Amino acid sequence: MRAIACGTVLALAFSPAFAQQQSKFADYQRMTAEGSPVELFELSGEELWKKKQGPRNVSLEQCDLGMGPGVLKGAYARLPRYFKDADRVMDLETRLLYCMTNLQGRSPEEATKRLFGNANQPSEMEYLSAYIAGQSRGVPIEPGSSHPREKESYELGKALFFHRAGAWDFSCASCHGEEDKRIRMSELPVLSSPKFARPVMATWPAYRVSNSQFKTMQWRINDCYRQMRMPEPKYASDATIAMNLYLTATAKGETYRGPGTKR
Amino acid sequence: MAGPMKMRATLGSGYTDVRVLMTHPMTTEQQSKGQPHFIQNLTVKVNGKTAIEGQISQAVSRNPVFSFRLKGGAKGDKIEVSWLDNKGETNKTETAVA
Repeated sequence: MRAIACGTVLALAFSPAFAQQQSKFADYQRMTAEGSPVELFELSGEELWKKKQGPRNVSLEQCDLGMGPGVLKGAYARLPRYFKDADRVMDLETRLLYCMTNLQGRSPEEATKRLFGNANQPSEMEYLSAYIAGQSRGVPIEPGSSHPREKESYELGKALFFHRAGAWDFSCASCHGEEDKRIRMSELPVLSSPKFARPVMATWPAYRVSNSQFKTMQWRINDCYRQMRMPEPKYASDATIAMNLYLTATAKGETYRGPGTKR
Repeated sequence: MAGPMKMRATLGSGYTDVRVLMTHPMTTEQQSKGQPHFIQNLTVKVNGKTAIEGQISQAVSRNPVFSFRLKGGAKGDKIEVSWLDNKGETNKTETAVA
């Protein structure tokens, strides 16, 4: 009994300090966003979207991201969603791969050869993600939620989020399941809670100031699995899309304001 | 081929705020083992007349952003920002004050 009372006093004593720390995080985020070069990635992405390439020598301009061929305004905010032509729930990057292979006639091997770039040479997916996500600024996040396949994907994503596995017996919730936790200078948001998922999903994909790279959502999920010491998930697999849909659906209603800038 | 630049110039009361983004690797001596690659000169022109001649160094980060306030200005004034790096490459962008 005495130990419990002591713990409560300690928690109370520490909470103002933590609140102060949180505002420091906010200051840091505000300052990095001020000098963000995200717009440069958007410009290069637009160029790439309009560039004719592949065996059919066509651009991606007729790619249907769910709002009709070539409609970009608000399209990202509605993803992931079910696509009848592919009979699959798809996120942005999966859909872009679909368009690269079906519209431009590129082989899946060629289109997936270089998915994650580096600071000196960002990847096609990174540029395109920046441009397309930027076209949803100011649009409320509303991924697909009515089709049975979308519901199925959401449930799979939710199950994966809490599923413990790997060498460390980690799940996403091991780090993203408790409030007021941080790792170095990053807060660890409770991603199963709308309150915390909203600001996160509203600002991904994002530019990282610490390594000058633009990061996509598929990269974010891939790297979380690496950090959990799990086998690498396959790019654009149903599992990664389900995870993306679960997180995005949890953030539903938030106004998209990315691409963001991260530490 | 130099990557894109992006600039915004907005009129305040009695001043003009300019914010310019530029794509550049800004590689330092140490990172590149003696092959640095960085912007050396930055020139800002207002209606064709040089307003700022700046010299910058390797200490500036990749994909730099610069913002500065110019005295006066009017809607439609042409602002041009150009850079020259240590390898002789250049790029420039132009915008009208809005």
